[in-house]
Amino acid sequence: MRTNIFKKLDLHSYKLRKFKNKIFYILCLSCIIVAIVPLLSILFEVILRGAPAINLQFLTGNGLHGGIGPAIQGTVILIGLTGAIGIPIGILTGVYLSEYGTNKYATWIRSINDILTGFPSIIVGITAYSLIVIGLIGRFSPMAGAAALSFMLIPIVARTTEESLKLVPNSAREAAMALGIHRWRTIISIILPSAKGGLITGTLLAVARIAGETAPILLTIMGSNFFFQGFSAPMDALPLRIYLNSQLHTQIAQTQAWGAALVLILIVLTLNIGVRLASNNRYRKITR
Amino acid sequence: MDNIKMQSVDLNAWFGTKQALRDINLSIKTNAVTAIIGPSGCGKSTFIRTLNRMHELAPTAKMTGQILLDNQNIYNPTVDPVMIRRRVGMVFQKPNPFPTMSIYDNVAAGLKLTGAHKDKNLDDVVKHSLQQATLWDEVKDDLKKPGTSISGGQQQRLCIARAIALQPEVILMDEPTSALDPIASAKIERLIVELKKNYTVAIVTHNMQQASRVSDYTAFMYLGSLIEFGATKDIFESPKNQLTEKYLTGEFG
Repeated sequence: MRTNIFKKLDLHSYKLRKFKNKIFYILCLSCIIVAIVPLLSILFEVILRGAPAINLQFLTGNGLHGGIGPAIQGTVILIGLTGAIGIPIGILTGVYLSEYGTNKYATWIRSINDILTGFPSIIVGITAYSLIVIGLIGRFSPMAGAAALSFMLIPIVARTTEESLKLVPNSAREAAMALGIHRWRTIISIILPSAKGGLITGTLLAVARIAGETAPILLTIMGSNFFFQGFSAPMDALPLRIYLNSQLHTQIAQTQAWGAALVLILIVLTLNIGVRLASNNRYRKITR
Repeated sequence: MDNIKMQSVDLNAWFGTKQALRDINLSIKTNAVTAIIGPSGCGKSTFIRTLNRMHELAPTAKMTGQILLDNQNIYNPTVDPVMIRRRVGMVFQKPNPFPTMSIYDNVAAGLKLTGAHKDKNLDDVVKHSLQQATLWDEVKDDLKKPGTSISGGQQQRLCIARAIALQPEVILMDEPTSALDPIASAKIERLIVELKKNYTVAIVTHNMQQASRVSDYTAFMYLGSLIEFGATKDIFESPKNQLTEKYLTGEFG
């Protein structure tokens, strides 16, 4: 019986199709390897070269004492300022797009927002440099850096906010509407809390992304050997320190750059893993 | 005719260019249950959504005519639809408790989020509303649990309690039992009959037996028009229109 069936099928084409299937699988697998190998080798290299540089003096000392303390402090300040400016604006933009965005203006805003998401960061840096550093403040400033980074953060946060709010079922909006609850109240007390998980995940991932940006801060905070000097003085940040040190040819500067790179990667990785854990918790809560 | 709570006058409604309702003139009597029956797509849900101004929220929705609530046109330009929805509550096809809120907060949501709770004891309102929705005994020890943690039938009664908490004058129900099993449906039906003592109820259903069990008046709609309206007993026992009779005997629908 079995042999009969096989006789009827074209055995040759069967083998060929099976072969094609295998080729396709191998092609996918090799692409994954091509993508992952450089990533792992970078990680390995950074750990190998950066780890020896790391000690307490390196992490807390200022630039004159061979430390990257100012850079770590600067990055934390930048993340804080950027978050304070960018997250509220981004979330409110997302709220507008999701909850009020059925008109033609919203379509425009959405397209512009999408373009901004992929905007070249060096142009953002130059814009902030000419508008804020030269124009508004007249000096290199952490505020200029935060403004430039916010400009990159807002479209990402707006997009993820819109996507997470759209996942909130319409029945929740209708239920609130039918109770005579005003629109703004519905958004603040019902829609946003329902989308909390997605909002936190999206925002943290966006922050992790901009934490590693170099071009926008290169032209706005300039870099410094000293801890925070005020809002109208140059400041340091990790990506900037890595870039500046990599331009120097001394062994010490190079090692410091590797150490700073390791610290930056650890910060970004911590944010990413934190997001994973947070969203895992959310999943467990739903299934329980 | 002073026992008419709500009334539609020459009501026409459209979605885009598609006409969903044609010249509907229908009265909903105080402290009675009015059932609206008809095959899918006949406009019964659209009709009920014009009664609390939810229809106009659809992007392409249009309408002409009037809806009177206590002889006042709720589509008068000076009327705030938000205020209408506090007087005319609604229960939906699928139970839709607010997912992030506890059972207690779900019932209190209408009062809290409209700022109407200041002169009220929320605990009392929540207890009273859950009792009226015949849910209190089942959830009184679990008020802090999420509103979505109880069964579908309980969730639907929770949604009814949530609507009752605002003390509306009219409660609209859009196929409130179509997502529930027969036992849960039977509980909701008993509840509907109880509710008419204090409220005016309008219910959309495509379950004819349900309409005959719970309602005092029945309206039969077909292709956007009101075909027949009268006391439920008359409609079911001696329908005047041939279409009504055919629908009730299951010849189409």
